[in-house]
Amino acid sequence: MYRAIKILMLIICLIMLVPVSESWADQNNRLGINALGQGNFSQVADKIAELSRTGDIALVPVFEALAAGDLYVRKADKTVFVVKENGSELNLSDAVTGAPAGQGAKADFERIKVNNSLRRAVKTAIGALTLLSPDREIRLRAASSVFSSPSTDALELIETAITSEKDTYIKSVMEQARAAAILKSDRSLDDKRAAVKTIGERGDRDALGILSAVQANADGELRTDIDNTINALQSAQALWDVGQNVWYGLSLGSVLLLAAIGLAITFGVMGIINMAHGEMVMLGAYTTFMVQEIIRSSYPHLFDWSLIIALPVAFAITGVIGLIIERGIIRFLYGRPLETLLATWGVSLILQQGVRSIFGPSNREVGNPSWMSGGFELGGMTLTYNRMWIVVFAAGVFLTLLFVLKRSRFGLQMRAVTQNRRMASSMGIKTPWVDAFTFALGSGIAGIAGVALSQIDNVSPNLGQSYIIDSFMVVVFGGVGNLWGTLVGALSLGVVNKLLEPYTGAVLGKILILVLIILFIQRRPRGLFALKGRAVEA
Amino acid sequence: MNIKAQVKGALLAAMLSATALQGAFAAEDTIKVGILHSLSGTMAISETTLKDAMLMLIDEQNKKGGILGKKIEAVVVDPASDWPLFAEKARDLIEKDKVAAVFGCWTSVSRKSVLPVFKELDNLLFYPVQYEGEESERNVFYTGAAPNQQAIPAVDYLAENEGVERWVLAGTDYVYPRTTNKILEAYLKAKGVAAEDIMVSYTPFGHKDWQTIVSDIKKFGSAGKKTAVVSTINGDANVPFYKELGNQGIKAEDIPVVAFSVGEEELAGLDTTPLVGHLAAWNYFQSVNTPANAEFIKTWKAYTKDDKRVTNDPMEAHYIGFNMWVKAVEAAGTTDPDKVIDSIVGVSVPNLSGGYSTMMPNHHITKPVLIGEIQSDGQFETVFETPGLLVGDEWSDYLPDSKDLISDWRKPMSCGNFNVATGKCGGKGS
Repeated sequence: MYRAIKILMLIICLIMLVPVSESWADQNNRLGINALGQGNFSQVADKIAELSRTGDIALVPVFEALAAGDLYVRKADKTVFVVKENGSELNLSDAVTGAPAGQGAKADFERIKVNNSLRRAVKTAIGALTLLSPDREIRLRAASSVFSSPSTDALELIETAITSEKDTYIKSVMEQARAAAILKSDRSLDDKRAAVKTIGERGDRDALGILSAVQANADGELRTDIDNTINALQSAQALWDVGQNVWYGLSLGSVLLLAAIGLAITFGVMGIINMAHGEMVMLGAYTTFMVQEIIRSSYPHLFDWSLIIALPVAFAITGVIGLIIERGIIRFLYGRPLETLLATWGVSLILQQGVRSIFGPSNREVGNPSWMSGGFELGGMTLTYNRMWIVVFAAGVFLTLLFVLKRSRFGLQMRAVTQNRRMASSMGIKTPWVDAFTFALGSGIAGIAGVALSQIDNVSPNLGQSYIIDSFMVVVFGGVGNLWGTLVGALSLGVVNKLLEPYTGAVLGKILILVLIILFIQRRPRGLFALKGRAVEA
Repeated sequence: MNIKAQVKGALLAAMLSATALQGAFAAEDTIKVGILHSLSGTMAISETTLKDAMLMLIDEQNKKGGILGKKIEAVVVDPASDWPLFAEKARDLIEKDKVAAVFGCWTSVSRKSVLPVFKELDNLLFYPVQYEGEESERNVFYTGAAPNQQAIPAVDYLAENEGVERWVLAGTDYVYPRTTNKILEAYLKAKGVAAEDIMVSYTPFGHKDWQTIVSDIKKFGSAGKKTAVVSTINGDANVPFYKELGNQGIKAEDIPVVAFSVGEEELAGLDTTPLVGHLAAWNYFQSVNTPANAEFIKTWKAYTKDDKRVTNDPMEAHYIGFNMWVKAVEAAGTTDPDKVIDSIVGVSVPNLSGGYSTMMPNHHITKPVLIGEIQSDGQFETVFETPGLLVGDEWSDYLPDSKDLISDWRKPMSCGNFNVATGKCGGKGS
C-alpha cells in the first residue's frame, strides 16, 4: 500500500514537472511510456497493448526504440528516455517529443530489457498504429504484421483502414488480416465462414497455421468449412513440397558440383589424387574473409561487391599455390599414385595448420551481402537467395570451364596431353607446363568455389576436410575424366539425397546414398559416363 | 612373520619411501596440474580457449603465492580431438608427469575414454562442460551443467513465458543430444505434451545442408500451436543452421530456438543480426553484470592480449572447479587425490554470476540457470534466472532406468549409483 502511494506521488510529481504547455495526449503518452520502465515482461506487454489502443502514431518511434533495446530508464526518477550509446556516455532524447535531452552516464541508467514476447507485442502495436500511414511500404508491412499476429484489439483499426485503402494489393492483405482477427473474435458465424474463405484463398503455410489454430475450438458448419479448407490447402502443399525437395536437391547438387569441379580437372583429367583439394576451397573462403576485412575497414560502401571482388583474388591466390604445389612436389611423383596421395595429404595438413596458426582455430565471420540474404516465396515454396545464387554461380563456372576445355587453345593442349602425352610432346607442346597450368586451373576453381561456400558454411581451418570425401565421391560416381559426368553425378546425388531425407532423416539418408554408390560402382566401376577407347587402357 | 613376508614388507617400504622421496623432491619443486584439451582437430575450436583459461587461472593463483607454499606448474598436452588419444595422454600426465589433478575433456566420448585411466591410477578429473548426466564417478568432478541445470529449466521457460506447446528436439547424432532428448521427451510427456507435438531430428556431425530440416521445422510449426526448437546441435553445424533459419525467414518471434551448445565463442563466427531473440541456456553469460565477472573478463582480456576475446560458460566451470580444487587441497594439506576427494565435498567458492557454487556429494555442483537471448552484438541478454541455485542431478528422475539411483561419495556410502528401491549399490534401476 505504502509502495502504491509512493508510486502515485511519483506520478503526481512527474505530472507537475511536465511543462504546462504539453497537450493532454502527450501527457498521457508520457505517463504510459514511463510505465514501460516498470514491471516484468508480461506487464510491460500489457502496457504496450494499452498504449497502442490510443492509436497515436507518435508512439511508433518509442516502440521501435524499445524493440531495438534503445529505451532506458533513469534510475533516479524512473523517467524513460530514448538513448543512443556514445562510448560510456549516453545521448538522451525525450521519449515523447524526440527532442535532445542532454547526456547521461551509463551507470545512472538501466536498459529496458526485451524478450521475444515483448518484441511480438511491439510488432503488433506498431502494425496496428501504422495501418493508416501515408507510406505504401509501411502500410503493407503493418498489414502483414497484423496478419501474422492477429488480435481482436486491432479489428476495429483494420476495418477503418480497409475503408480508406486505395491500393488493391494492400487491401487484400488487410482483408486477410481482418479475417484472421475475426476468427479469434466472437463475431457471427457468417462473418467467420467468410473469413475462413478469405484465408483459404491465400493458400500458403501461414493460412494453414491460422486455420489449424482455430480448428479445435470450432464446431458445426464452421468446423466443416475449416476442415475442408485445411484439406485442400494440405493437398496443394504436398505438391509444392515435391517441388521444394527437388529444388533443395538441385541446390545441394550445385554445392557438390562446385566442390568437385576443381577435382574433376586435377583428378578426373590429370589423374592426380589430390588430397589438398579441400584446402584450396578453404583458402578461397579465407581469401573472401580477408577481402571483406579490408572492405569493412577501408571501403564499407563496397561491401555488397565483396564477393565479386573476392572471386579473381581467390582464383589467383589458390591458382598460384596450386602451381607451386605442382612444380614443387607433384611433378616428381607422376605415375606413383600412392606417393602422390600421401604427399598431397601432407600438404593439406600443412595448409590447415598454417591457417590455424595465422587465423586461429575458431570460425571467421564472412558476411552475406544484402543480395545473398533472405529469401522469397514462389507459390508454396521458399527460395533463399544465397542458395539460388550458388546454383546460378555453379552453372556459370561449369559452362566457363567447359568452354575453356573445348574451345580454347589451352584446353586443346590440355586434352592432347592427357590423351597421349608423348604424341603431344612431339607436336611441340610443352607438356610439363601444361600439367602445371592444368593443376593451377583446378586449384583456382577450387578457390572460387571456396568464395561461394563461405556464404553457407563455417570459415574455419576444417572447412576443406568436410568437402574432400564428397568431392571424390562425385567425381568417381560421375565417371573419371568427364566434366559432364561430374555435373550429372553431383546433381543426381543432391536430388536423391534430398528426396530421401524427408523419409529417412539426415543420418540414414547419408548412409543410404553411400550404400547406393557402392552398389553402383560394383556394377559400373568406371562411373556414369565412362571414357571409352584406347586412352582408358593406357 | 616369515622371511618372505619380511622381504615383501621391506620391498614395499623401500618402494613407498622411494615414492615418498620422489614426492618430497617434487614438493620442493612445484605442484603439477594437467591440462587435457584438444589443440588441433575438430574440437580445437572450442577447447583451445579452455586451455588458455586454465593457464590464466594457474598464473593468477601463482601470483597469489600458489598453494601449500608451492607454485603450480601447468602441463599441457594435445589429445588432438582423437578420443583414444585422450586416454593415452591422460595416462602420460598421471604416470610420467605425476600431476596432482587434470582439468580437461569436452565431448562426452572423450570423458568416457579417459574414465578407466583415472579410476585405475586414482587421480582427479575436472570436467567443465554441460553433459547428459547418467554418470557419477569417484574420480571425476562435473563442474558443467547436468540436464536439470540447463535443459529442463529452458523448456520450462519456453512453456511458461512463450506459451510453447509444440517442440522440435533437434540434435547432432551422438550420446549427449540423444540422452538429453530422451530425458526431455520423457519430461515433456510427463507434463502432458502429446506425442504428435514432439518432433525429434538428428543430423550427422558437421551437417551443412539444413534446407530440408528447416523447412520441416517450418511445416511442423504451422499447425496453429506455438512451436519452439530445442537445439542440441553441436559445434560447426550451428553456423549453417542459423544462417538457413535466418534466410528462410524464421524469426525468434515466430519459432524461437533454444540452444544448449551455442555460446559466445560459437557466435563469434556469425553475423547475429538475424538471430536476435533466439535463446541459449547456460549457467553463465559474459554479459552477467557482477563485479566478479567484470574482474574475470578484464583479467582474461589482459592475459590473452586481445580485447575481442569472449568468455563463456565452460570457462566459468573451470574457474569454479580450479578454485574448488585449490580450496580442497588447502583444507586437506596435501594434493593426494584420496584426501582431496574427501575434503572437496561441501567446498563453496564464488561463481561469476554473483553467488556461491558448492561441490555436492554426487560430485556435481550447485549452479544458477540463466536463459539468455542473442543480441545483435553477439552477446546474450539474460531474460530469466532461476531464483535459487540448482543441484546437479546426475541420475535423471525422468528416465525409468535411473530414477531410483542416487550418488553419494561421502563415507560410508561411497557409491555412485546407489539404488534406493533395492537398497544396494550398483547396477541400473528396476
